[in-house]
Amino acid sequence: MDSNASLSELIRGLQAAEFSSVELTRDYLQRISRANGDLNAFITVCEESALAQAERADQKRAAGAGTALCGIPMAYKDIFCTKGEKTTCGSKMLADFVAPYDATAVAHLKSAGVVMLGKTNMDEFAMGSSNENSFFGAVANPWDHDRVAGGSSGGSACAVTAGLAAATLGTDTGGSIRQPAAFCGVSGLKPTYGRISRYGMVAFASSLDQAGIFAASAADIARVLPFIAGVDPKDSTSSDHEDGWLNLHRDQALQPAGSGRIGLPREYFRDLGVTDATLQATCRTLEAAGFTLRDVSLPHVDAAIPCYYIIAGAEASTNLSRYDGVRYGYRCENPQSLEDLYRRSRSEGFGTEVKRRILTGTYALSVGYYDAYYLKAQKIRRLIQQDFLTAFNDVDLILAPTTPDVAFRRGDLLDDPVAMYQQDIYTIPASLAGLPAISIPAGEHQGLPLGVQLIGPHFAESTLLETAAAFQRETDWHRRRPGGTD
Amino acid sequence: MQWESVIGLEIHVQLATKSKIFSGAPTAFGAEPNRQACPIDLGLPGVLPVLNEEAVRMAVKFGLAIGAEIHPYSVFDRKNYFYPDLPKGYQISQFAQPIVGRGSLQVHVAGEPSLTVGITRAHLEEDAGKSIHDAYAGLTGIDLNRTGTPLLEVVSEPDLRTPAQAAAYFRQLHSLVRYLKICDGNLAEGSMRCDANISIRPAGDTELGVRAEIKNINSFRFVELALTYEIERQIELVESGGQVDRDTRLYDAERNETRSMRSKELSNDYRYFPDPDLLPVQIDGAFISAVADELPELPEARYARYVETMALSEYDAAWLTQDPDTAEYFEAAAELAGNAKTAANWVMGELSAALNRAELGIADCPLPAASLGKLLQRIEDGTVSGKIAKSLFETLWQSGGDVDAIIESEGLRQVTDTSTIAPIIDEILAANPDQVAQYKAGKEKVFGFFVGQVMKASKGKANPQQVNELLKARLAD
Repeated sequence: MDSNASLSELIRGLQAAEFSSVELTRDYLQRISRANGDLNAFITVCEESALAQAERADQKRAAGAGTALCGIPMAYKDIFCTKGEKTTCGSKMLADFVAPYDATAVAHLKSAGVVMLGKTNMDEFAMGSSNENSFFGAVANPWDHDRVAGGSSGGSACAVTAGLAAATLGTDTGGSIRQPAAFCGVSGLKPTYGRISRYGMVAFASSLDQAGIFAASAADIARVLPFIAGVDPKDSTSSDHEDGWLNLHRDQALQPAGSGRIGLPREYFRDLGVTDATLQATCRTLEAAGFTLRDVSLPHVDAAIPCYYIIAGAEASTNLSRYDGVRYGYRCENPQSLEDLYRRSRSEGFGTEVKRRILTGTYALSVGYYDAYYLKAQKIRRLIQQDFLTAFNDVDLILAPTTPDVAFRRGDLLDDPVAMYQQDIYTIPASLAGLPAISIPAGEHQGLPLGVQLIGPHFAESTLLETAAAFQRETDWHRRRPGGTD
Repeated sequence: MQWESVIGLEIHVQLATKSKIFSGAPTAFGAEPNRQACPIDLGLPGVLPVLNEEAVRMAVKFGLAIGAEIHPYSVFDRKNYFYPDLPKGYQISQFAQPIVGRGSLQVHVAGEPSLTVGITRAHLEEDAGKSIHDAYAGLTGIDLNRTGTPLLEVVSEPDLRTPAQAAAYFRQLHSLVRYLKICDGNLAEGSMRCDANISIRPAGDTELGVRAEIKNINSFRFVELALTYEIERQIELVESGGQVDRDTRLYDAERNETRSMRSKELSNDYRYFPDPDLLPVQIDGAFISAVADELPELPEARYARYVETMALSEYDAAWLTQDPDTAEYFEAAAELAGNAKTAANWVMGELSAALNRAELGIADCPLPAASLGKLLQRIEDGTVSGKIAKSLFETLWQSGGDVDAIIESEGLRQVTDTSTIAPIIDEILAANPDQVAQYKAGKEKVFGFFVGQVMKASKGKANPQQVNELLKARLAD
């Protein structure tokens, strides 16, 4: 079958028994074994268990049972705990860690009959914007192997582009789904904070971390979201927001929206640079499809990056305290004392970027600095949230670039962390506000994909996906793949 | 110079929930190491805490019992520090916004007027695991069974002035949490642990001196001993020209002394901040009034009732109300007996002695309160004598059974029939002519001898009162 078949097409094919899940899974596993050496999208490939799951899915389907996703092969970012398979989080610290339980999102997909092909590469502990911070090596961008795939969910984005999985799970703390989706030319949804349980997702910054989905199109994402969204008694911050729309789309394809009001933040549109032509063209397409555009203002977004790096760093600094070499994970050789055990296990087990964030976060929480950094950042966070709430009085969604530019060359920003952090300038505000946002392919520059981002009010995933689908009905950016369309 | 000591206690009360404060693992004491630690307690990657509502209910119950404000909005914070028995590298606690605000507790110390001790706050937190230093040579074992056990940390104001007051406050708090059924009160298993802050100052001064903190004291007696030692140490130090350092100390019960812990632990910056994994705890009026409806009669009210309504002495009332199980037992027995004083005497006397001999707590008493009550009732209505009752108590304690059935089958009924007692008296008098002569010559002490002989001959069943009267009449002949 076609390596670029969309998830929706695969669902139809399985339902019509045009092919079995075992055939489909074998196909994906073959492509992975051919391509992964160059792309490095997967840290772990679960060949045997994937085929066993596929067999069970086929039996279920043959018995007339099974959900729409039964037998669909997917892959999960290696931040989701998977019982019996390694969960490394891209770190030497957890290089051999096997969780005794499944993350809630994984458990939901498992019971829906989804086949797990493997675990995808990522920046260590989800800290990074290029996937160069992985202990297991960088992920190549399928459009140009010398360029980065983006991060931190680089492997999950790359896998969808390269046809190594029909859809993948990622996580987004400050842009870790949307930015790699844009760099790799696929669609990536970061749902509302709390929409999907964080249980079993290795924590980076708890108040920002959110699981999400990569697929070729918004329509494909809409097929997966209903299965993993919803309240989880194991996660106090998961939302019990009721949503009939979600239940409906367990079995039903997405209907593109025909109208809506879309806001263009002045602060972003003043100086778009490389992304200008793509944003302008997107505006024209949306207008032609029945949407109205109007200017909005997000006056505090210029403070978003420092605010984010303080809050995320503070939370990360304590979330990562458990990796101490005592109970599990990496332990240094021959510790001489307790202090030596801590110091060397953590110095040797964590990479440079992780250490940098632990240090900045620890600093921000320290006596004497807490008010000036952590508390101030929380205040700014509330101002940014308020900016969005105000804007959503006038519009249904906000349009913005996803990234300032196309994927950069590997190694280019490694020595300049601040320039690296600037990559997230357009994605961080929605993360701080806990808002759902989707990046969809909308243009290109020098033969590399560019994405645009739609940001919605809390729990407006339906509007986001239906609007993105309307755009994708009018354009074919999402169908383009390296080496030619389709 | 006259010195005054200023003492405040922080008492960790282990809440008697079935499961842990943030996980579903059981809290029972004494399991094999690490058998009661689930992935959440172990701090595995990706796990999240979920608050146990029962712990919140117990904290609110405590707050209401000390007349404290229950904060409608409280926040869990992370207290960050590295230690091998702290799996996450932080303890979830409440720092800036605790659940229970300011309240107070009435404390009684013998020979002193009743003392009101301020309670600054009480907050919820999770317990850490245990480091076991003596099980493996050169190695430290970690047991995480205790990890995540809910604690209520009760912080008192520096309102205590003597070690005796401190111990009395600890005792009173122990009594209160047992009444509220929020803690099993088992000090030996660490269910209540006390940190004592102690400083001295010249009597009459209002400024506080530099304080030392004595950590982890687990008995009432040790609180008193440790503080007594520490006060003497501080006075000696200051009087010999030294000064007290802000210090954390441990009490060594074997040597009866306090010793300084590593002082570098004091400079810890715990980097408290709100735990983003947990929502703030919001408590509404309906929740509070539902908990208020469950409040039992508190020790203070019960004490007052015993003194005022039951006319018991203050000593008896304090003794009986200290422990709720003892008080329940006493009340059940007293009701059947129809005489509170008799019941109090028996509970504090025979029963308490028997329990001590058997090393049992009142909860494990083999003699049900109803049996003791029935027995006391039979004394009150004259069916058995006090003496017979004591041996009957032994029988009941040893082998149980129905009081009335035993009285009948053993023929223990007190003999009040003159026609039965009179012949016995005649017999005794006839058999002891010398003593009769002595009595008649004015040696009245011999009277007791006659009573004893008659009681013995009646196998203790004769009514002593009647024996007295009949004897007197016969000897007067």
